[in-house]
Amino acid sequence: MISSSSNISSRSKGDYLLSGTVRLLALMAGGLLLLVVSFLIHESWPALQHIGFWRFFSDPDWYPTEDSYQLTPMIWGTIWATAGSVLLASPLGILSALFCHFYAPPLLSRWYRRMVELLAGIPSVVFGFWGLVVLVPLIGRWHPPGPSLLAGILILTLMIIPTIMLVAHASIAHVPVAYIHSASALGLSRWSMIWHIILPTTKVGLLTGILLGLARALGETMAVLMVCGNVVRTPSHLFDPIRTLTANIALEMAYALGDHRAALFVSGLLLMGLVVLFVSMAEGLRHRNTYVATK
Amino acid sequence: MNKTSKMPRARNPATVFLICLFCVCALLGQFPAEAKEEQLVITGSSTMAPLVSEMGKRFESLHTGTRIDVQAGGSSRGIADVLNGLADIGMASRALKAQENDLYGVVIAHDGVTVILHSNNPIQALTDDQIKGIYIGVITNWKTVGGLDAPITVVNKAEGRSTLELFLHYFTLSNRDIKAHVVIGDNEQGIKTVAGNPHAIGYVSIGTAQYDATHGVPIRLLPLRNIPATLKTVREGTFPLSRPLTLVTKSSPAGLMKIFIDFARSSQVHDLILKQYFVPLQG
Repeated sequence: MISSSSNISSRSKGDYLLSGTVRLLALMAGGLLLLVVSFLIHESWPALQHIGFWRFFSDPDWYPTEDSYQLTPMIWGTIWATAGSVLLASPLGILSALFCHFYAPPLLSRWYRRMVELLAGIPSVVFGFWGLVVLVPLIGRWHPPGPSLLAGILILTLMIIPTIMLVAHASIAHVPVAYIHSASALGLSRWSMIWHIILPTTKVGLLTGILLGLARALGETMAVLMVCGNVVRTPSHLFDPIRTLTANIALEMAYALGDHRAALFVSGLLLMGLVVLFVSMAEGLRHRNTYVATK
Repeated sequence: MNKTSKMPRARNPATVFLICLFCVCALLGQFPAEAKEEQLVITGSSTMAPLVSEMGKRFESLHTGTRIDVQAGGSSRGIADVLNGLADIGMASRALKAQENDLYGVVIAHDGVTVILHSNNPIQALTDDQIKGIYIGVITNWKTVGGLDAPITVVNKAEGRSTLELFLHYFTLSNRDIKAHVVIGDNEQGIKTVAGNPHAIGYVSIGTAQYDATHGVPIRLLPLRNIPATLKTVREGTFPLSRPLTLVTKSSPAGLMKIFIDFARSSQVHDLILKQYFVPLQG
């Protein structure tokens, strides 16, 4: 490790300008988040004062126009829909990235990847519409009424597979060629190379992809609103309708007044809390894993 | 890595100043803009917003130098905005309530709410008691009311919608009594849900339902108390589940407000009302 006085710790005019600009931009990104959170707190403050925080968990049910504000079923709805879709989409996304890299012939691989990229660009409302007119009636024929947690999970899975697959694809592409050559030289089978070399070295990238997919599933509104049934009840099985926190806001915000409106901001605040919880869990997992991998 | 390659830390006064400046800008970025032209702000019922917005466009083209700004947000918000002075005119897709006596309401058209079924459902009519029984979960199979042996899917509207309010009021129900399987937002979503499920029952605006039914969407509009759900019966005021579309002002309308409201009631906008499948005042 060699360092001289003319490395990044010394400064010229250009450096000052650059570091100033970069700091300002970083500040704006961070400041924006703080502004959003403070706006949420500001708007939900009347509800937190009039209704009180704990009543959002202890009230019997959610009838905001009749002064009853239970949010727990929607928190469960959000968690189940997100968890289900991440559990389904992660293996599918990662496996299709592996397929693209190691099993598919080059031409097929290229076209396959383009199609997944296209899938990533489809607006969520189109997924929702397709779900409403195709998927929901299908599920309804199998197990009425149709709009259900299952429909939500399937639609969200379709929406986040591309994210997970494309990030996995990119991080697999960054595995040093020497690793792969060495593995071949040692006579490892394709699968044991993937299992023992590719997956451990790309762990961070794969987890980042899953995290991005998770965030998308957690925040998705329109598609979920259209296929999930939106009945406020804690689901007991896959065919029960659910309402997510995001759908709750979208369904009722346009018509909400006073405490009802503030209560919807509380559901936004809780959603924000869920995002923080999930991201910090994933972050913790990522750090533990990188530590193991480099040891 | 050695110590000299550490990044310098951001703690100079300029950075702090920029943070403060940024926050102040963000907080103060809400100055009211001054309008040069004569402007009417109209907010309220999302049922009425597309109609009034079309009326506004035609009004603007007839009266140069005016601007009609229409925003949807629900009948209750329209009335609240008028009370708070946030809007000149409110749109309410219901008659004014008793406690709203101090406001001025002018009816510009009518709308009906109809119960809809999938067109493959053999049921041709239901009594009020049967509909009520289905919605409160006493009747759960179509067999009970003379249909196929299939579980009923009850489609309800989300809290705060005036269609829901009108429906509950007519059947003297509270939203808490309703055992819904699906909760929907707008009319179109309700129609898609019923069209995709042969065993579903829902309720939506007659205008939207009739438009979709005549354009090949597989739904059937049920009569109420033997009165068919059509634009005609709503116009005549005989259809039980109908509502007036009302423009609301804080004081007796004057000036531009009066000109616009008179315009909205005149025959100059009949075609616009019919186009949206609402029912104009005169036939």
